[in-house]
Parts: sequence; structure tokens; C-alpha cells
Amino acid sequence: MNEIIMTLFNGLSASSIILLTSLGLAITFGLMRVINMAHGEFIMVGAYTTYMIHNIFAAYLPSEIFDLYYILAIPAAFAITFLLGILLEKFVISKLYGREIDSLLATWGISLIFQQAARSIFGSQGVLVQSPSFLSGGLSLGSVVISYNRLFILALVGVCLFLVWFIMYRSNFGAQMRATMQNRAMAQCLGINSRKVDSITFGIGSGLAGIAGCSVALLGSVDSTLGQNYIVNSFMSVVLGGVGKLLGTFISSNIIGFSSIFVENYTSSSIAKAIVLVIVIIFLQKRPQGLFVIRSRALDE
Amino acid sequence: MKKKIVKRAACTFLAAAISCVPVGCSNESESDEVKVGLLHSLTGSMAISEVSVRDAELLAIEEINAAGGVLGKQIVAVQEDGASDPSTFATKAEKLIDSDEVVTVFGCWTSASRKAVKQIFEDYDNLLWYPVQYEGMEASSNIMYMGAAPNQQIVPAIEYLIDQGYENFFLLGSDYVFPRTANMIITAQLEAAGCNVVGEEYAAMDQTEFSAIISKIEEAQPDVIINTLNGTGNVSFFKQMDERNITADDIMTMSFSIAEEEVAAIGADILQGHMVSWNYYQTTETEENTKFVEAYKAKFGEDRVTSDPAEAAYIAVYMWAAACEKAGSFDVDAVKEAAAGLSFEAPEGTVTINGENQHLAKTVRIGQISEDGLIYEIYATDAPVEPDPYLTTYQWAVDAGIQPLE
Repeated sequence: MNEIIMTLFNGLSASSIILLTSLGLAITFGLMRVINMAHGEFIMVGAYTTYMIHNIFAAYLPSEIFDLYYILAIPAAFAITFLLGILLEKFVISKLYGREIDSLLATWGISLIFQQAARSIFGSQGVLVQSPSFLSGGLSLGSVVISYNRLFILALVGVCLFLVWFIMYRSNFGAQMRATMQNRAMAQCLGINSRKVDSITFGIGSGLAGIAGCSVALLGSVDSTLGQNYIVNSFMSVVLGGVGKLLGTFISSNIIGFSSIFVENYTSSSIAKAIVLVIVIIFLQKRPQGLFVIRSRALDE
Repeated sequence: MKKKIVKRAACTFLAAAISCVPVGCSNESESDEVKVGLLHSLTGSMAISEVSVRDAELLAIEEINAAGGVLGKQIVAVQEDGASDPSTFATKAEKLIDSDEVVTVFGCWTSASRKAVKQIFEDYDNLLWYPVQYEGMEASSNIMYMGAAPNQQIVPAIEYLIDQGYENFFLLGSDYVFPRTANMIITAQLEAAGCNVVGEEYAAMDQTEFSAIISKIEEAQPDVIINTLNGTGNVSFFKQMDERNITADDIMTMSFSIAEEEVAAIGADILQGHMVSWNYYQTTETEENTKFVEAYKAKFGEDRVTSDPAEAAYIAVYMWAAACEKAGSFDVDAVKEAAAGLSFEAPEGTVTINGENQHLAKTVRIGQISEDGLIYEIYATDAPVEPDPYLTTYQWAVDAGIQPLE
């Protein structure tokens, strides 16, 4: 029984991390169709932002309020990656709309620049972010221990998901955003400033990556290759979910997270990785559009 | 392969000839500098460990240069980044030997990277000084092994644990040749001693999610985990053990790849009480070590720590210099011949190169990680242990027929 509860929680937690790292990508790649290879590096920037704020608190502020660093780190990571996202969109991606391969190459180049910049600033050694005391350790339920940090990530994913859903489907800006992505020419005719919409949408997607970076910083070491560890799963979950659908990304993150934990329980982690890839490949052969497809009247889609 | 080398040699010759035209040829043997290669991962998941090794090599080179160099020549280090990727190591090794024309190379950390460059050093008949403990089962005549062979680290550590009454062992490692061979040796040793292996798991080098593995460990209820994870995997593993409230009091671990440098990156509060096995710690009490630690901190900063691989890399440079002085030349064969039987007063105590397998005789030390981030010795062998990379002097290893994994 304990074993089942633990496995389920592990699966849920793995899924939530995948979902958190792919939520931003679901917007930039899913909605905007920009293959942003630098998405992983936004996660890294978020993690380093957390590290910086962690250090500032440790060095200059009294130790009683040290734990608050993490509360401050989340909006800070969002703000910094949001701005970086907007800059990247303005100066690089906006020049490459409709040229997917070119934007793939350009953003890949940018991801290399980010990685090297991180190495030059912080060194190639991984750095350590200490968990705030309210997130270290775990909650004991009988013989099952559920980590506070992972519970926090679950809650954080819930909040992010709700905010993204609210912005996309319940706000005026969300309506403009969806209109622009579905039919740019028509949206422009109706007076929507599509340049501005692109910019902010890309910024939000990048900002979400920053928040993801904030939470993965507590799970392991923070170094310049951090983003690379998460980017494959993120792309996989967006593609599997069906490009352009938030619900699809949500479900596919769960499929990938749970299946990798379940398979790993009975085999080993390298076999689990391979089997999950095989599942995704077989699934995409049957349904190349992914789990969900946006119905569109556009003839060219 | 031969053909390729000839072709490449021809190309280099041509390139050299062309570049010589405007500036005039400078004869290598008359210059007052000698080039050596430093080949480590400065990026990627292994950078956490390898950067400090590179730093120790730079320190030794600087010290030797300040004292007049080797055979009257100043050492110039040519650095290349192996990027934690064995095939990159191979390309860079070839570049160092072939186009930079270094006389020797100090480099590598993972066995995967060492195995990737081994053939190249043999083909070009150059010499690699390898600074890390490893799984044994190898004795290339073109590699000098400065780290521990299994009988100088793993085997004594397991013996120590058995003596302390540990019975159920869980083997956890990164998925590459060192952990797999090490675990093969450990399994044979434990079986011969009548102990149990209750589980064996491998994680990918870049794995960040350890919750499934930790669940398996909890289920298997071992007395001790034998940890051969390398690089950033250690950080994720120990952080996630801490998330589950598992400390050294609940399940002890014995690690073979966690030195002072890694303790700093993982956090001493999480690691305190856990055991490690090496030949050297920053706290080792010798006169040479006091000097080494002082010089290292003065050059790289007060907050830096020295570790076993860094110390091994440091003595590698000194031993190479001593062998060159003894041989009176930089020629690989002459250096190898001079190196056999050469002794050196290292920070870890006296070490001697074994002429037959080109490994070092070293003292074995079991240590415990303390709150202050340093490791303190809790057991040491009385004298340096002779290297035995193929474990031919251990009856259980011979009986189990342990073979190298290639």
C-alpha cells in the first residue's frame, strides 16, 4: 500500500515538474509556433536568479528573514525571464516569423550564448541553492514521506496553470492573443496590435520558464547545462499533447511523468527513458497531430 | 588508422611549412618552452569535478616554472575542454598531440573519457597522466594512473564496512563503465564474505529525478548504500534523499566519487555523517599537505578546497617533471623508463610509481564528512598499498573471474 502511494506521488511529482517546465513552451511553441531552443536556458536563468537572490539574502539581510528569499525569487525570476523573452522576441524572433527552421537555428545559437554567459559569470561549477527551511525535509504520513518541496511544486503548477488559463480564456488580452495566433490578418483588421501581442505572449511563455527554473533549483545542482536536462521532456510533452492546446500539454505531461516513474519502478532508469520515447513515437505515428487538434477553418492548416 | 595518421602528418607538415614561410622556422628543440596538454571537462555535468583538477595542474606547473622549469624549459599548458563527452575528449586529445605537439597530456576524469582517448595515446605513442581513482582492469603502457586502483579504494572500503558489521548493501551508480565494473567487483567481494546485495541501480549521467530510485532503496532496506554516482547526479540524489528525511543515521552511504569539492556543491549539512573512501583529504596531516593547501588557497581563493583527485593531478605534474629530469629528455619512452620506481613525497605521503602497471602505491583512508564541509579520516592503512589493477592477489576476485568491461 505504502509502495503504491509513494509511486503515485512520485509520478504526480515528476509530471508536475514536466508540466511546469513545458507550460511556457506550450505558449511559445504551442501557440506561437516558434521553435524556441533557448527555452531551457530561460529555465536556467530562472534558477540562477534564485541563486542570486539566495546569496543576497544570505550576505546582507538578517538570518531570520532568510527563508523569504524564495518567495521573492519567484516573481523576480518571472520578471527577468519575461524581459529577456521580450528582448529576444523583438530583436531576433520577430524577424523570423514564418521561417521555422531559421528561428530554430537562431534560438539554438542564443541558447549557446546564454550557456556560455552563465559559465563566464558563475563559473562552470554547479552552485548550490539551499532550500528555505519551510521547504526542506518532508511530511511523514505513517511510513510514507512526502517532500514539502514537491508539494510546493504541485501547488505552484496549479497556480501557474490557473493563471495561464485565466489569461488565455477569460481576459481581454487572451482573446486578442488567441485571435492573433489563429488568424493574424483578420485580427489586425479588427484593430489588434499584433506586434504587441506577440511580444507579450512570448514574454509570458519565457517568464513561466523562469518560474520553473526557480523550483528546479531546489531539486539539484544549478549549472549552465541545467536547461538542457529539461528541454527534451518539455518539447516531447508539447508535441504529444497537440501543438496549441493547454489541456493537451497537461495530459501529456502526466502521461510522460507517470509512465516514466512506473516503468522505472519495474526496470531501470535508462530503460524507462527508452520505453517512454518508444511510447511517444508510436503514439505520434498513429496521431501525428498529438492528443488534441485545434479545429481551424484556415485552408492551409 | 595508420594511413590516416600518415595523411594527417603530411597535412600538418604542409601547414607548418606554409606558416613558416613569412616568419622563419623556429626550431622546437631550441625554444626555451615545453608544451603540455591539459584535457578536462570545463563544461557539462563533469565540470563540477574536473575544474578543480585542472586548477591543481595549473598550480603545479606554476610552481615548477617558478623553480626554473623542467630541464631548463618553462612549461606552457595548452588547455582543451572535453565537455563531459567522451567523443569530444577523443577529438581534443588528437588535436593536442597532433597539432599542438604537446609532449604529454594531463587529463580525463570519467573512465568513459579515458577509454575514449586510450587508443589515441597508444597510436601516437604519447603519454596520458590520469588523476582519478578508477575501476581497474587496465594497464596501458601509454597511461600513468595517479589515482587509486580498486584494491586501493573500493576493496579496502568494503572490507572496512564488513568489519563494522554492515550486511545488506545497495549499489547505486551512474550508468557508465566505472560504476558497473566497481559494482561487479563489489558483488564478488560481498558474496565471498557472505553479505547480501539487496539492490543495484544505475542512473543516467544527466539524471535529475531520483524519486523512483529512492523508493526502491526504501523498499530494499539496506544497511548501507555504495554510491558510485558521478558529477551532478550526486547533488540531485542527496538533495532528494534529504527531502525524504533520510539521513546518515537512517541509511549510511559509502561514496567513491565525493571529495571535498563535491561536498561544497552538495551541502555539508545534507552530507554530514556519510562515509567516503580516498587516499587523501584536505585534513591529511603531512608537511607537504600544509604547503599544498596553502598554495592552492592562495592562488584560487580561501573558499576553495583541495581533494583527492586534485592532489593526484598535482603530483602527476611533479612526477612527470621528476621523470623528465631523471631521463634528461621529454621523449615518451625515456620518461616512462625513468618513471618506474620513482618516489615522491606527496601531500598524501610517500607515493611510488609501480614500473609494471604504471600505477602508484598509495595509503588508503576511509573518511567521514563533517558539518564544516571537510572530511576527517576514521581509518587508514599502516603503509602504502601496492597497486593491483587486475586484482590478481585476491582469491575471491580470481574465483569470480572478473573481466574488464569494454
